[in-house]
Amino acid sequence: MSYILAHTGLVLELMGQHLEMTLLTLGMAIGIAVPLGLFLHRIPVLAVPVMGLLGLLYTIPSLALIILLVPIFGLSRLAVVVAMVIYSQVILVRHVLVGLDSIKLTLLEAAAGMGMNAWQCWWWIQVPLSLPIVLAGVRLAAIVAVAVATVGAKFGAGGLGTLLFEGIAQAGRADKLWAGAIAVGSLALVLNTLLLGLEWAVKPGRWLWVPQPLRRLIWGGSPDKICSRS
Amino acid sequence: MGARIEFVDVSLRFPRAARPAVDACSFCIEPGELIVLLGASGCGKTTLLKMINRLYEPSSGRILIDGVDSREYPLIELRQRIGYVIQQLGLFPHMTVAQNIGIVPRLLQWPRERIQARVDELLHLIQLPPEEFRHRFPDQLSGGQQQRVGLARALAADPGLLLMDEPFGAIDAITRSSLQEELLRLQQRLRKTIVFVSHDVEEALLLADRIMVMQAGKIVQFDTPFQIVTQPANAFVRDLLGTDDMVRHLGLLRVKSAMLNLDPTLIHPKEAPTISSEDTLRRALSLLLRSGAPRLTVLESDRPIGILTLERIRDLTSMGSGA
Repeated sequence: MSYILAHTGLVLELMGQHLEMTLLTLGMAIGIAVPLGLFLHRIPVLAVPVMGLLGLLYTIPSLALIILLVPIFGLSRLAVVVAMVIYSQVILVRHVLVGLDSIKLTLLEAAAGMGMNAWQCWWWIQVPLSLPIVLAGVRLAAIVAVAVATVGAKFGAGGLGTLLFEGIAQAGRADKLWAGAIAVGSLALVLNTLLLGLEWAVKPGRWLWVPQPLRRLIWGGSPDKICSRS
Repeated sequence: MGARIEFVDVSLRFPRAARPAVDACSFCIEPGELIVLLGASGCGKTTLLKMINRLYEPSSGRILIDGVDSREYPLIELRQRIGYVIQQLGLFPHMTVAQNIGIVPRLLQWPRERIQARVDELLHLIQLPPEEFRHRFPDQLSGGQQQRVGLARALAADPGLLLMDEPFGAIDAITRSSLQEELLRLQQRLRKTIVFVSHDVEEALLLADRIMVMQAGKIVQFDTPFQIVTQPANAFVRDLLGTDDMVRHLGLLRVKSAMLNLDPTLIHPKEAPTISSEDTLRRALSLLLRSGAPRLTVLESDRPIGILTLERIRDLTSMGSGA
């Protein structure tokens, strides 16, 4: 703890790198997982083999996976981020699939029967109704990413792992180990709490947090104030 | 006001199905009619309904809406012009009552104020005060209220045609009968063409101008409730309707279905007791017995439109019992 207080600047910088890697990963991972999940939802026969493959990838130890990627992406942050993206796919795609499956078919048929096109069905019905479940997946993936990112320090990616590896390498520097562990732990806790809050906020009927201009953008000319729940 | 629907030799066979789900159906539905498709589950009634808004496409045959082949309308536009009500699960749980009702107007890009005004108008129509219900979510409504919102949603863009797929199926008996009354009340005002799927005989007798009885994809009989009860086409229809219990049916059939239409100028309303065309035959019978009059004068909106005699009701009961 005293190490963190004494080297606040350094710890914050490493935490910044850590967070940057995590967010970069999440952005890329969601960008891949959502279309992939949609695709697999449309063609369910592919879901079993693809999910199997993603599950298999998840079992490869992180150190080994990054080493496999180094020849392709070099000894850099990119190799670490790609590894994190690969890990998070099984979680995210699974949650996208479950989220989409949780929507009753009758609802989609009602939407189509009223004359919504595929895009409106997706944006007005499927996205908001599957969002809480998908966000639960994002939360899990974020925790996994925070954990895997610590290994990144071994590959020149920086991050809080630096403290951990230094603590191991240098005799008598348990303070670095503690500092690194506490910092990683708090980062994971904070991310988890934030995403949990977001998950709560997007549950049907809780659109209170969506600001008016964004609401307009999402919902078009909505017939009424979306949120004010009497 | 209402749309006219014509089926010309329409069949639909799902891949690998043993028999067509809908088999060579031809019929005509006139504007403003309320048609009930009646049959056991799996008889093809819902499939037939869903071909009208092209959720299913027929394998062969043509469906004409207002004289034009339904395939010639752009799909989205066609569906936006047809009101669609399904069981209460059809309301979107993440949208308020107002948003749910406003969906089709929003798809049609009505201005905001017009949508709001229309939503309030419809909430009044279904007797849910807008101030209280506008902002509620579906899970804050009772089953009956949800179903009324479903009806309002289908009516939002004032379509000429309503498709209703067992809308009252999952609702308790008391609420169901009040919803049925309400639908009749609305229909008297709005005169839409309504195609209503049901497996409930009493519901069909109460609501329908004409009932289409289906079995194994085929139309067995398509006629007024009166004709179906008095002259069932075959043993299947007779069994389905349970035609033996005539007194019960009298409580469901409307006076309108049994009366003799007469030129209004020939009727002298003062000569006989009067009854509304929307009343049940059971009330008519009890009025006949009580008053001892030979016939009743049937009124619609306080205008005489026909007469009803005891013989007419007796015909109904004797024919129905298969005597």
